[in-house]
Amino acid sequence: MEFLVKRPSDTSLWLPLHAAAVFAFLYLPIAVLVLYSFNGQGVGGFPPRNLTLDWYRTLAGDSAIWDSVFNSLMVAIAAMAISLALGIPAALALDRAKFPGKALFRRLVLLPLILPGIITGLSLLMLFREASVKLSLLTIILGHGTALISVAATEVFAGLQKLDRAQEEASLDLGANYWQTFWRVTMPNLKLPIIGAALLIFTLSMDEIAVSFFLIGRDNTLPLEIWGRLRRGITPEINAISTIIFFFSLAAIVTWYRLRVRAEGQPGIAAELVEAGQGK
Amino acid sequence: MFSRAYRAAITLPPLLWVALFLLTPYLLMFCFSFWSVSPSQEIVHQWNFNNYRELAAKGVYPETLFRSMWIAARVTVFSLLLGYPLAYYLSFRAGARKELFYQLVIIPLWVSYLVRAYAWKTILGSDGVLNTLLQYVHLTRHPLDFLLYSPFAVVLTLTHIYTPFAFLPIYAALEHIPRNLVEASHDLGASPFQTFWRVIFPLSIPGVLAGATFAFVLSLGDFLAPLLLGGPSGIMISNIVVSLFGAAYNWPLGAAISLCMLLLVIALLFLTERLEKKWSFS
Repeated sequence: MEFLVKRPSDTSLWLPLHAAAVFAFLYLPIAVLVLYSFNGQGVGGFPPRNLTLDWYRTLAGDSAIWDSVFNSLMVAIAAMAISLALGIPAALALDRAKFPGKALFRRLVLLPLILPGIITGLSLLMLFREASVKLSLLTIILGHGTALISVAATEVFAGLQKLDRAQEEASLDLGANYWQTFWRVTMPNLKLPIIGAALLIFTLSMDEIAVSFFLIGRDNTLPLEIWGRLRRGITPEINAISTIIFFFSLAAIVTWYRLRVRAEGQPGIAAELVEAGQGK
Repeated sequence: MFSRAYRAAITLPPLLWVALFLLTPYLLMFCFSFWSVSPSQEIVHQWNFNNYRELAAKGVYPETLFRSMWIAARVTVFSLLLGYPLAYYLSFRAGARKELFYQLVIIPLWVSYLVRAYAWKTILGSDGVLNTLLQYVHLTRHPLDFLLYSPFAVVLTLTHIYTPFAFLPIYAALEHIPRNLVEASHDLGASPFQTFWRVIFPLSIPGVLAGATFAFVLSLGDFLAPLLLGGPSGIMISNIVVSLFGAAYNWPLGAAISLCMLLLVIALLFLTERLEKKWSFS
């Protein structure tokens, strides 16, 4: 019967053209950013002239930038530890415990995912003020750690949904206690979602500015250092450091993607995150 | 299946943390919005409605809020117009290149938001890349100055930033549509347009709603793009809040505006959740 059914042909050109245009729109600023990091004449001005590595040399000797990179790395690692330490139990609790206020708890945990950073940042600023906590990198760590519990919880929760509960039951039936079962059965099965969440939290924290903006003390994180310089004027040094960070992040994503495809054969981490954020 | 101690161990730490670092700050924001600042710049813990009265009385606050919502609405519409056809193309037409294209949409998310806004500034400025390019090819003689420091620049930059956010849930929704539904529609003689309009689009509405919520809410609360690219006419509501918490030093009034934003966001989330439930087919 196949020959009787005339299939509509998909040859219209506007969809691929539209897709190409959207990609051009998404990548234009990134291309400009990278290109002008090599431009001797500074940022802007077409065509780019006098290609040079000078800005990278200036950058290499700029200790304020590297201090802020170091601060950002510390913040990201600490925030990652906090949000995993709380996000993993939070996901477990949402998956398998019943307690009063669970619906409110779920909404509160996920709220920072969708809330503009200014609200998270300001509400924490008021907390620290009322508690007389001095603003420093620690307050930024607490801010990032708290806001990013949402990411850890959604990633791990998605992993738990796919987990075969029978394995844990078998472990318990065979005489292991809950603690042993958790470390030897549950956690190994969640390895991939946890690594994914850790990478995501790390990069989100490295880039975060809206929350940090209000919780900053004396020491700058990299985005805040960049922000401070942008207010004073534009220099290709910012293009240079951004280019370096971009290629580092790119390497991290590609590694993670390969890891995941090899283990599961299915990508889509960000889509899952977005879905989970919508409370599905 | 789980013991009481196990459940307490997984429940209590996150519960306490969330109570301390999320619930308490929101409640404090509520309290602050009813307090005031004394002439000597001390925060007075005295409850009154003065901040809300001021918000209603001075036209600048509602006006800026509506202008921000108008900017956010434009960003939402443009992000959907860019994101939906792209998601459709990837899901139904791209074939083997689907995964690659998907990654290509995600990658810009890993370039700092601030850096991308800055890149747009270097493109749109009066001696920026675009203006010098236009003069180089003799399309214009003088720099176009409406490009930067205008609501246009803010909408363009925010659309650039939130298009992937709009794309992702739409793509996820399209990917979840059972392909045999689409084939059945073709087999029963529907044209591609009818199949899209009667089968695919209704099933993708929850994704569209999720994407629209992300784009609208996140751009509504933005204050960095307006500071960097907006100029005086591109000021948004969060910029007012930032100045109230900074130089203008009136935290209570700033808290009142933030609380209004928070309630607006929660109301929107509630609404879209309702609509999504109505439109989801499972």
